[in-house]
Amino acid sequence: MEEIPGVIRTIPLNHYIFFSTALFVIGIVGVLVRRNALIIFMSVELMLNAVNLLLTAFSAYRSDASGQVFVFFIMAVAAAEVSVGLAIIVMIYRNNRSVDIGILNRLKW
Amino acid sequence: MADKTFYFLTFLTLLFALLVVFSKNPVYSVLYLILTIFCLSGHYLLLNAQFLFAVNIIVYAGAIMVLFLFVIMFLNLREDAEPQKSTASKLAAVVAGGMLLVVMVAALRRVDAGSYNPATYNSQIGLVENLGKVFLGTFCCRLNWLRSCS
Repeated sequence: MEEIPGVIRTIPLNHYIFFSTALFVIGIVGVLVRRNALIIFMSVELMLNAVNLLLTAFSAYRSDASGQVFVFFIMAVAAAEVSVGLAIIVMIYRNNRSVDIGILNRLKW
Repeated sequence: MADKTFYFLTFLTLLFALLVVFSKNPVYSVLYLILTIFCLSGHYLLLNAQFLFAVNIIVYAGAIMVLFLFVIMFLNLREDAEPQKSTASKLAAVVAGGMLLVVMVAALRRVDAGSYNPATYNSQIGLVENLGKVFLGTFCCRLNWLRSCS
């Protein structure tokens, strides 16, 4: 039972919720605004990081280690997902000579 | 002191996240994303989650971002090559995101998220020793139990 971290004593948990919401919304806006598939992928990473931070904050405030174990799982899955997704993007580039998602609407036919 | 650090790191994180989305050159986007992730690691450190601090830097800034950078260099994207969306649809996207933010904040503004319990608070839960016990003790027991059931 060591000293309680200063952030947990002084910052209410609601501020972490608002901060994570803002980061998540920035990720969503990135997905909606950009057409470059790589930037869209990075915005998805931003959203994942927002969720990770919120899980960690709840875990630290509640002093329950399960949340941080979940964050570790999410990081492992995110690393695998990035490798698969970037491989897909490279293959799209080799077929279309571009990573513009506007071209991908021919997937409809 | 701690609260000033928190707000400063929060400001930096949101600024770099916005720069990730709105910078024209994809290489700059990746570099700003690395900075965002370092700021988030600072948040983990403030929360005394030292294991996640290390893993975040090693896995995200060390592995994932290098992969992104490699692919961007590999594809040789130029900043003028990306066709832009029309201004109307960009505006619509930003407005939709802003309205989502407003709805979420309005819904979560009065929520009672609770706080720490000073009597039972344990500041050592984010350290490797305790997380290893939880990870290989509790969670592995449950996995073994599932396997014995099937």
